[in-house]
Amino acid sequence: MTRTVRLVVFGLGGAALAVLFALALLRMPPFGTADHPYRDLAVAAAAAHQTGNAVSSVNFDVRGLDTLGEEIILLGSVVGAATLLRPARDESERREPRGGRVLDSTALLCWVLLAVTTLIGIDVVVHGHLTPGGGFQGGVVLATGLHLLYLAGSYPALRRLRPLSWYQWGEGVGAAGFAAIGVAGTVAGGAYLANVLPLGTLGHIASAGTVPLLSLAVGVAVTCGTVVLLAQFLTQELRITRRE
Amino acid sequence: MHGYAYVVAGWLVLVGALGIVRSRHLVHAIVSLSVVQSGTYVFLLAVGYQWNVPAPIFTSRSAVTRAVVDPVVQAMTLTDIVVSAMVTALLLALAVQIEKTHGTVDPDRLRALRG
Repeated sequence: MTRTVRLVVFGLGGAALAVLFALALLRMPPFGTADHPYRDLAVAAAAAHQTGNAVSSVNFDVRGLDTLGEEIILLGSVVGAATLLRPARDESERREPRGGRVLDSTALLCWVLLAVTTLIGIDVVVHGHLTPGGGFQGGVVLATGLHLLYLAGSYPALRRLRPLSWYQWGEGVGAAGFAAIGVAGTVAGGAYLANVLPLGTLGHIASAGTVPLLSLAVGVAVTCGTVVLLAQFLTQELRITRRE
Repeated sequence: MHGYAYVVAGWLVLVGALGIVRSRHLVHAIVSLSVVQSGTYVFLLAVGYQWNVPAPIFTSRSAVTRAVVDPVVQAMTLTDIVVSAMVTALLLALAVQIEKTHGTVDPDRLRALRG
Protein backbone atom coordinates (compact mmCIF):
# COMPACT_ATOMS: atom_id res chain seq x y z
CA MET A 1 0.00 0.00 0.00
CA THR A 2 1.52 3.32 -1.00
CA ARG A 3 1.45 6.35 1.27
CA THR A 4 -1.20 8.09 -0.84
CA VAL A 5 -3.56 5.11 -0.77
CA ARG A 6 -3.00 4.76 2.96
CA LEU A 7 -3.81 8.45 3.54
CA VAL A 8 -6.98 8.19 1.45
CA VAL A 9 -8.13 5.11 3.40
CA PHE A 10 -7.37 6.91 6.66
CA GLY A 11 -9.17 10.03 5.44
CA LEU A 12 -12.35 8.03 4.72
CA GLY A 13 -12.18 6.14 8.03
CA GLY A 14 -11.28 9.25 10.03
CA ALA A 15 -14.11 11.27 8.47
CA ALA A 16 -16.61 8.49 9.22
CA LEU A 17 -15.35 8.27 12.81
CA ALA A 18 -15.60 12.06 13.20
CA VAL A 19 -19.21 12.05 11.94
CA LEU A 20 -20.22 9.17 14.23
CA PHE A 21 -18.46 10.81 17.19
CA ALA A 22 -20.25 14.11 16.53
CA LEU A 23 -23.60 12.29 16.32
CA ALA A 24 -22.84 10.53 19.61
CA LEU A 25 -21.94 13.85 21.27
CA LEU A 26 -25.32 15.32 20.29
CA ARG A 27 -27.04 12.61 22.34
CA MET A 28 -24.68 12.90 25.35
CA PRO A 29 -25.88 14.35 28.65
CA PRO A 30 -24.98 18.07 28.80
CA PHE A 31 -21.40 18.91 29.84
CA GLY A 32 -20.64 19.93 33.43
CA THR A 33 -24.03 19.37 35.04
CA ALA A 34 -24.65 18.06 38.57
CA ASP A 35 -25.96 14.73 37.25
CA HIS A 36 -23.25 12.14 38.10
CA PRO A 37 -24.78 8.94 39.55
CA TYR A 38 -21.43 7.11 39.84
CA ARG A 39 -19.91 10.12 41.58
CA ASP A 40 -22.68 10.07 44.19
CA LEU A 41 -22.06 6.37 44.92
CA ALA A 42 -18.25 6.74 44.96
CA VAL A 43 -18.32 9.73 47.31
CA ALA A 44 -20.68 7.89 49.67
CA ALA A 45 -18.34 4.85 49.61
CA ALA A 46 -15.29 7.05 50.32
CA ALA A 47 -17.06 8.75 53.23
CA ALA A 48 -18.21 5.41 54.65
CA HIS A 49 -14.61 4.18 54.77
CA GLN A 50 -13.16 7.47 56.05
CA THR A 51 -11.05 8.02 52.93
CA GLY A 52 -10.20 11.67 52.27
CA ASN A 53 -9.06 11.15 48.67
CA ALA A 54 -12.08 9.76 46.84
CA VAL A 55 -9.91 8.80 43.85
CA SER A 56 -7.78 6.54 46.06
CA SER A 57 -10.95 5.13 47.57
CA VAL A 58 -12.13 4.14 44.08
CA ASN A 59 -8.74 2.71 43.11
CA PHE A 60 -7.78 0.80 46.24
CA ASP A 61 -11.11 0.10 47.93
CA VAL A 62 -14.08 0.03 45.56
CA ARG A 63 -12.26 -1.46 42.57
CA GLY A 64 -9.13 -2.87 44.20
CA LEU A 65 -9.30 -5.98 42.01
CA ASP A 66 -8.89 -3.82 38.88
CA THR A 67 -5.87 -2.20 40.46
CA LEU A 68 -4.40 -5.65 41.10
CA GLY A 69 -4.89 -6.35 37.39
CA GLU A 70 -3.19 -3.06 36.55
CA GLU A 71 -0.34 -4.00 38.87
CA ILE A 72 0.08 -7.29 37.01
CA ILE A 73 0.04 -5.47 33.65
CA LEU A 74 2.89 -3.35 35.02
CA LEU A 75 4.82 -6.42 36.17
CA GLY A 76 4.24 -8.15 32.84
CA SER A 77 5.34 -5.23 30.73
CA VAL A 78 8.50 -4.67 32.80
CA VAL A 79 9.39 -8.36 32.35
CA GLY A 80 8.54 -8.07 28.65
CA ALA A 81 10.71 -5.00 28.09
CA ALA A 82 13.58 -6.58 30.02
CA THR A 83 13.32 -9.72 27.88
CA LEU A 84 13.24 -7.71 24.65
CA LEU A 85 16.27 -5.64 25.65
CA ARG A 86 18.56 -8.54 26.67
CA PRO A 87 21.95 -8.40 24.95
CA ALA A 88 21.70 -10.40 21.73
CA ARG A 89 24.16 -13.15 20.79
CA ASP A 90 26.40 -10.84 18.80
CA GLU A 91 26.49 -8.16 21.49
CA SER A 92 28.56 -7.77 24.61
CA GLU A 93 28.10 -5.74 27.74
CA ARG A 94 30.83 -3.31 28.76
CA ARG A 95 31.58 -2.87 32.45
CA GLU A 96 31.74 0.91 32.37
CA PRO A 97 30.31 3.35 29.87
CA ARG A 98 32.33 6.06 28.16
CA GLY A 99 32.84 9.00 30.52
CA GLY A 100 31.21 12.34 29.86
CA ARG A 101 31.63 15.80 31.33
CA VAL A 102 29.06 17.57 33.49
CA LEU A 103 29.24 21.09 34.93
CA ASP A 104 29.77 21.14 38.70
CA SER A 105 26.73 23.39 39.14
CA THR A 106 24.55 20.87 37.25
CA ALA A 107 25.84 18.03 39.39
CA LEU A 108 25.21 19.98 42.63
CA LEU A 109 21.68 20.89 41.56
CA CYS A 110 20.94 17.25 40.73
CA TRP A 111 22.16 16.02 44.14
CA VAL A 112 20.05 18.67 45.93
CA LEU A 113 17.02 17.86 43.80
CA LEU A 114 17.55 14.13 44.43
CA ALA A 115 16.91 14.71 48.15
CA VAL A 116 13.92 16.99 47.49
CA THR A 117 12.36 14.65 44.91
CA THR A 118 12.78 11.58 47.11
CA LEU A 119 11.03 13.36 50.00
CA ILE A 120 8.19 14.52 47.73
CA GLY A 121 7.84 10.99 46.32
CA ILE A 122 7.60 9.42 49.77
CA ASP A 123 5.11 12.12 50.81
CA VAL A 124 2.93 11.46 47.75
CA VAL A 125 2.92 7.67 48.39
CA VAL A 126 2.30 7.84 52.14
CA HIS A 127 -0.49 10.45 51.99
CA GLY A 128 -2.21 8.86 48.99
CA HIS A 129 -5.42 8.28 50.96
CA LEU A 130 -5.59 11.89 52.22
CA THR A 131 -4.33 14.22 49.52
CA PRO A 132 -3.97 13.97 45.73
CA GLY A 133 -1.48 11.23 44.92
CA GLY A 134 -0.99 7.58 45.79
CA GLY A 135 1.25 4.66 44.99
CA PHE A 136 1.31 5.06 41.22
CA GLN A 137 2.08 8.78 41.17
CA GLY A 138 4.57 8.70 44.05
CA GLY A 139 6.28 5.60 42.66
CA VAL A 140 6.97 7.33 39.36
CA VAL A 141 8.31 10.42 41.20
CA LEU A 142 10.66 8.23 43.29
CA ALA A 143 11.91 6.17 40.35
CA THR A 144 12.55 9.09 38.02
CA GLY A 145 14.04 11.13 40.87
CA LEU A 146 16.66 8.43 41.38
CA HIS A 147 17.80 9.00 37.80
CA LEU A 148 18.86 12.55 38.67
CA LEU A 149 22.07 10.72 39.64
CA TYR A 150 22.52 9.89 35.98
CA LEU A 151 21.95 13.53 34.99
CA ALA A 152 24.56 14.46 37.60
CA GLY A 153 27.00 12.59 35.40
CA SER A 154 27.54 9.78 37.83
CA TYR A 155 26.49 6.55 36.19
CA PRO A 156 28.74 4.54 38.56
CA ALA A 157 27.01 6.22 41.55
CA LEU A 158 23.64 5.42 40.03
CA ARG A 159 24.71 1.80 39.68
CA ARG A 160 25.98 1.64 43.27
CA LEU A 161 22.83 3.25 44.69
CA ARG A 162 20.66 1.12 42.50
CA PRO A 163 21.51 -2.54 43.04
CA LEU A 164 19.19 -3.76 40.32
CA SER A 165 18.49 -7.15 41.89
CA TRP A 166 16.98 -5.42 44.96
CA TYR A 167 14.61 -3.52 42.72
CA GLN A 168 13.69 -6.67 40.84
CA TRP A 169 12.80 -8.26 44.16
CA GLY A 170 11.07 -5.08 45.31
CA GLU A 171 8.77 -5.10 42.34
CA GLY A 172 7.72 -8.66 43.04
CA VAL A 173 7.34 -8.02 46.77
CA GLY A 174 5.14 -4.97 46.09
CA ALA A 175 2.84 -6.89 43.76
CA ALA A 176 2.77 -9.91 46.10
CA GLY A 177 2.06 -7.60 49.07
CA PHE A 178 -0.97 -6.20 47.26
CA ALA A 179 -2.26 -9.72 46.55
CA ALA A 180 -1.52 -10.81 50.16
CA ILE A 181 -3.53 -7.89 51.62
CA GLY A 182 -6.35 -9.07 49.36
CA VAL A 183 -6.08 -12.62 50.75
CA ALA A 184 -6.08 -11.20 54.30
CA GLY A 185 -9.36 -9.50 53.36
CA THR A 186 -10.78 -12.85 52.29
CA VAL A 187 -9.79 -14.50 55.56
CA ALA A 188 -10.97 -11.72 57.86
CA GLY A 189 -13.80 -10.13 55.89
CA GLY A 190 -15.13 -12.83 53.59
CA ALA A 191 -14.29 -11.05 50.32
CA TYR A 192 -11.07 -10.60 48.36
CA LEU A 193 -9.54 -7.16 49.08
CA ALA A 194 -12.26 -6.44 51.67
CA ASN A 195 -11.38 -3.38 53.76
CA VAL A 196 -10.99 -5.17 57.10
CA LEU A 197 -8.69 -2.84 59.08
CA PRO A 198 -10.01 -0.24 61.56
CA LEU A 199 -11.16 2.76 59.52
CA GLY A 200 -10.02 5.57 61.85
CA THR A 201 -11.08 9.18 61.32
CA LEU A 202 -11.19 10.95 57.97
CA GLY A 203 -8.16 13.16 57.46
CA HIS A 204 -5.86 11.32 59.89
CA ILE A 205 -2.79 9.45 58.66
CA ALA A 206 -4.14 6.20 60.16
CA SER A 207 -7.48 6.14 58.39
CA ALA A 208 -9.21 4.45 55.45
CA GLY A 209 -8.30 0.89 56.57
CA THR A 210 -6.36 -1.03 53.93
CA VAL A 211 -6.20 1.88 51.43
CA PRO A 212 -2.85 3.33 52.62
CA LEU A 213 -1.31 -0.16 52.82
CA LEU A 214 -2.39 -1.05 49.29
CA SER A 215 -1.18 2.34 48.10
CA LEU A 216 2.20 1.67 49.74
CA ALA A 217 2.43 -1.78 48.12
CA VAL A 218 1.70 -0.20 44.73
CA GLY A 219 4.22 2.54 45.47
CA VAL A 220 6.97 -0.04 46.13
CA ALA A 221 6.05 -2.03 43.01
CA VAL A 222 5.86 1.03 40.74
CA THR A 223 9.12 2.52 42.04
CA CYS A 224 11.01 -0.72 41.57
CA GLY A 225 9.31 -1.57 38.27
CA THR A 226 10.07 1.82 36.74
CA VAL A 227 13.70 1.68 37.95
CA VAL A 228 14.14 -1.77 36.40
CA LEU A 229 12.49 -0.60 33.18
CA LEU A 230 14.60 2.56 32.84
CA ALA A 231 17.71 0.53 33.71
CA GLN A 232 17.10 -1.70 30.69
CA PHE A 233 17.00 1.30 28.36
CA LEU A 234 20.05 2.92 29.99
CA THR A 235 22.08 -0.30 29.79
CA GLN A 236 21.05 -0.66 26.18
CA GLU A 237 22.30 2.82 25.37
CA LEU A 238 25.43 2.97 27.50
CA ARG A 239 26.90 -0.45 27.92
CA ILE A 240 25.90 -2.71 25.08
CA THR A 241 28.10 -2.82 22.00
CA ARG A 242 27.92 -5.07 19.01
CA ARG A 243 30.89 -7.41 18.71
CA GLU A 244 32.84 -6.79 15.52
CA MET B 1 -18.35 26.45 25.08
CA HIS B 2 -20.46 23.51 26.25
CA GLY B 3 -18.89 20.19 25.40
CA TYR B 4 -15.81 21.87 23.91
CA ALA B 5 -13.64 19.34 25.81
CA TYR B 6 -15.31 16.45 23.94
CA VAL B 7 -14.33 18.03 20.64
CA VAL B 8 -10.72 18.36 21.87
CA ALA B 9 -10.76 14.67 22.84
CA GLY B 10 -12.04 13.60 19.42
CA TRP B 11 -9.51 15.87 17.69
CA LEU B 12 -6.59 14.38 19.70
CA VAL B 13 -7.62 10.82 18.77
CA LEU B 14 -7.90 11.66 15.06
CA VAL B 15 -4.77 13.76 14.82
CA GLY B 16 -2.77 11.11 16.70
CA ALA B 17 -4.04 8.42 14.35
CA LEU B 18 -3.08 10.61 11.39
CA GLY B 19 0.40 10.87 12.92
CA ILE B 20 0.67 7.06 13.05
CA VAL B 21 -0.49 6.74 9.42
CA ARG B 22 1.96 9.37 8.12
CA SER B 23 4.84 8.25 10.33
CA ARG B 24 8.32 7.84 8.88
CA HIS B 25 9.92 6.86 12.19
CA LEU B 26 8.78 4.23 14.69
CA VAL B 27 9.43 6.50 17.70
CA HIS B 28 7.27 9.15 16.01
CA ALA B 29 4.53 6.53 15.58
CA ILE B 30 4.80 5.56 19.28
CA VAL B 31 4.54 9.22 20.38
CA SER B 32 1.53 9.63 18.06
CA LEU B 33 -0.08 6.67 19.83
CA SER B 34 0.46 8.54 23.13
CA VAL B 35 -1.41 11.51 21.60
CA VAL B 36 -4.34 9.19 20.77
CA GLN B 37 -4.31 7.93 24.35
CA SER B 38 -4.29 11.53 25.66
CA GLY B 39 -7.58 12.00 23.81
CA THR B 40 -9.09 9.27 26.00
CA TYR B 41 -7.87 11.04 29.16
CA VAL B 42 -9.49 14.31 28.09
CA PHE B 43 -12.71 12.46 27.22
CA LEU B 44 -12.90 10.63 30.57
CA LEU B 45 -12.22 13.78 32.59
CA ALA B 46 -14.78 15.72 30.54
CA VAL B 47 -17.43 13.07 31.28
CA GLY B 48 -16.93 13.54 35.03
CA TYR B 49 -16.71 17.32 35.04
CA GLN B 50 -19.11 19.61 36.87
CA TRP B 51 -18.96 23.41 36.74
CA ASN B 52 -17.79 25.31 39.85
CA VAL B 53 -17.12 22.36 42.18
CA PRO B 54 -13.78 21.30 43.74
CA ALA B 55 -11.70 18.13 43.37
CA PRO B 56 -12.96 14.97 45.18
CA ILE B 57 -10.63 15.41 48.16
CA PHE B 58 -12.09 15.75 51.65
CA THR B 59 -10.31 16.82 54.83
CA SER B 60 -11.33 16.51 58.47
CA ARG B 61 -12.40 20.17 58.38
CA SER B 62 -14.49 20.15 55.20
CA ALA B 63 -17.80 18.32 55.26
CA VAL B 64 -18.13 15.42 52.83
CA THR B 65 -20.35 16.69 50.03
CA ARG B 66 -21.48 15.23 46.73
CA ALA B 67 -20.72 18.50 44.94
CA VAL B 68 -17.30 17.44 43.60
CA VAL B 69 -16.10 16.31 40.19
CA ASP B 70 -16.50 12.58 39.51
CA PRO B 71 -13.70 10.54 41.20
CA VAL B 72 -14.61 7.37 39.25
CA VAL B 73 -13.49 8.71 35.88
CA GLN B 74 -10.40 10.23 37.49
CA ALA B 75 -9.43 6.80 38.83
CA MET B 76 -10.06 5.33 35.36
CA THR B 77 -7.84 8.03 33.83
CA LEU B 78 -5.08 7.05 36.26
CA THR B 79 -5.39 3.40 35.18
CA ASP B 80 -5.38 4.56 31.57
CA ILE B 81 -2.16 6.54 32.06
CA VAL B 82 -0.39 3.63 33.78
CA VAL B 83 -1.35 1.17 31.06
CA SER B 84 -0.42 3.57 28.26
CA ALA B 85 2.98 4.24 29.87
CA MET B 86 3.61 0.49 29.95
CA VAL B 87 2.49 0.08 26.32
CA THR B 88 4.85 2.90 25.34
CA ALA B 89 7.74 1.21 27.18
CA LEU B 90 7.12 -2.12 25.44
CA LEU B 91 6.80 -0.48 22.02
CA LEU B 92 10.02 1.49 22.53
CA ALA B 93 11.81 -1.75 23.46
CA LEU B 94 10.44 -3.32 20.27
CA ALA B 95 11.62 -0.30 18.24
CA VAL B 96 15.15 -0.72 19.67
CA GLN B 97 15.16 -4.38 18.62
CA ILE B 98 13.72 -3.61 15.17
CA GLU B 99 16.46 -1.04 14.59
CA LYS B 100 19.04 -3.70 15.47
CA THR B 101 17.68 -6.49 13.32
CA HIS B 102 16.44 -4.49 10.32
CA GLY B 103 18.75 -1.48 10.41
CA THR B 104 15.87 0.94 9.88
CA VAL B 105 13.05 2.51 11.88
CA ASP B 106 11.05 3.73 8.89
CA PRO B 107 7.78 1.73 8.90
CA ASP B 108 7.63 1.94 5.09
CA ARG B 109 10.95 0.12 4.77
CA LEU B 110 9.94 -2.68 7.14
CA ARG B 111 8.53 -5.11 4.61
CA ALA B 112 9.93 -8.55 5.24
CA LEU B 113 9.60 -10.55 8.42
CA ARG B 114 13.00 -11.50 9.74
CA GLY B 115 13.94 -13.54 12.81
